[in-house]
Amino acid sequence: MKTANQERRRERIDRGIKVRSDGLYALMSWRELGYLTAPRLVLIAGLILLPAVMPGLYWQRVITIVCIYSLLALSFDFLAHYVGLVSLGGAFFVGVGGYLTALLNTGWGFPPVIAAPIAAILGGAICTLLLLPCLPLRGVYFAIVTLMYPLFLARMIEALDILGGTDGIMGIDSFPYAWLEQYGIIVLLLMILFGLRRLVTTDLGLVMRAVKDNDQAVKASGINITHYKALAVFIASSVGCLAGACMVHTYMWAGISTFALDFSVLPIAATVIGGGSTLVGPVLGCLILVPVSELLRDFGTLRIVFYSLILLGFIVFRSEGLMIYGQRKYQQFERWTRI
Amino acid sequence: MTPAPILQVDGITKTFGGIIALNNVSFTLNEGDILGIIGPNGSGKTTIVNCVTGFVKASSGRVLFRGRPITGKPPHKIAQLGLLRTFQIMRPYYSLPAYKNLVIPLCSPRARRTGGWRGGGKLGDRNTVGIDILEEIGFERDSYVPYKITNTLPTGYLKRLELARCLALKPELIICDEVFSGLSMSEIASMVPLIERLQMDGITLVMIEHRLRELFQVANRVMVLNFGEKLMEGSAEEVMADPRVREAYFGSEAVEEVMNHA
Repeated sequence: MKTANQERRRERIDRGIKVRSDGLYALMSWRELGYLTAPRLVLIAGLILLPAVMPGLYWQRVITIVCIYSLLALSFDFLAHYVGLVSLGGAFFVGVGGYLTALLNTGWGFPPVIAAPIAAILGGAICTLLLLPCLPLRGVYFAIVTLMYPLFLARMIEALDILGGTDGIMGIDSFPYAWLEQYGIIVLLLMILFGLRRLVTTDLGLVMRAVKDNDQAVKASGINITHYKALAVFIASSVGCLAGACMVHTYMWAGISTFALDFSVLPIAATVIGGGSTLVGPVLGCLILVPVSELLRDFGTLRIVFYSLILLGFIVFRSEGLMIYGQRKYQQFERWTRI
Repeated sequence: MTPAPILQVDGITKTFGGIIALNNVSFTLNEGDILGIIGPNGSGKTTIVNCVTGFVKASSGRVLFRGRPITGKPPHKIAQLGLLRTFQIMRPYYSLPAYKNLVIPLCSPRARRTGGWRGGGKLGDRNTVGIDILEEIGFERDSYVPYKITNTLPTGYLKRLELARCLALKPELIICDEVFSGLSMSEIASMVPLIERLQMDGITLVMIEHRLRELFQVANRVMVLNFGEKLMEGSAEEVMADPRVREAYFGSEAVEEVMNHA
């Protein structure tokens, strides 16, 4: 006799409220409206309230670091899951953005609130230009080149003793107000998060997703895919450079360590934990990983061991990512059906 | 007076390493023609499509589209000129709903330039245009089909989606790489009138096919390839009657069967 398990299977069905709130009708009921807006409001309110509930300056600074990594993870997720370019360039973007804003601030005397946005745009343009040669290629080249640049630039600065050499650039202004430093980056993160989510549903974003799905068909549609890839890289690297610029103004120092590979690797881990292609997932992943990494400091060198175990646990037990799991639970219910 | 040729292919040769995939193949295509290209597996049919549309660089030879050389141009530039192709292995965007597939070609500079399609430009309009095109190509507007995620659609609709992608760019010439293959008899029967209507709309067609009976219904000329060489070109009857074609392609009774039905 076969067990009951083999005659039953789990069935997933969309919740009624999810289906009802898909269309325009959602606007006609508070319940459906609430269903749609609740997760978004929780995220927005949560992020804004977070610094206030943190004990002390140290943990408030950790929240800022979370936001910086979140921006990098967003940029990774956007490129990898919506344009099909796997980027290891977090360190590259942070370094370029960081050094640019440092130069703008110390060299030309731009205040941080002006230097950082200029560094983001200018840095995005520089990164895109440097990455342009490998954009027409498919495959692993983009990942390799994005990994190569931060190493290359760091060694250049070290060897030629330019841009402050191994000492780095010191005497960079911090943001004029503490609240601006704390909340500015949170607001930026939220704006960029929701902006990117909007972007990927527009026609422009659709073409980018199509490049990922099937670049041959996009070419056959008379579209130059290199243009669209370049535009996507510009958007993603600008976000990364902005993160780097904010970090440099927070630490008031730009050095070779802005090219550290942590900035490339941690965002990827956060995306895996949070759930790729959701854009919110990577932010969630950073909110978990960065504080965990801080908490583990007490363990000294064992920190990396515990850190790896936690990562491994996530990959084994929730390989789809928290956000995708959460979305499924929120939108669908499961039941056993007889076959 | 003969109409001006829309496509001229002069002595295209393509070698992959030591293998000669195409050897000095030439043909011309007049406006409004439907040219069938047939040949056994591996005879270079798809390679010729790839060479003409720029997906593969020909080793030598040249291609003229409306008298302008297009040899060596990138595929998107050639598509911009109105020379479109479908893929033998369908290449839809599987994660998008069917009608959203058409937003991508409608974003191309040619679609924006030729306008024609109602609206264009503004956000959201491309969705309506996409559904219009899908209806034209046989997706029932009032059903769920155009709104379904593409990876749930059956082969017949995917083949139509390939054609729809070409139509979105207001094509002058479409090269169809096996649009009938993998379809059921009834699906093919409903595709044939579609092809005929495209011709009536003034679109020139090249059809690569294995389904000879349906091909001969629509094609006014047929070219036969074998081992990368052009064996012959002529009307369906001429091609079928030629002993070399029989030998190369069919071998045996398949010819009789087709001839009996023709």
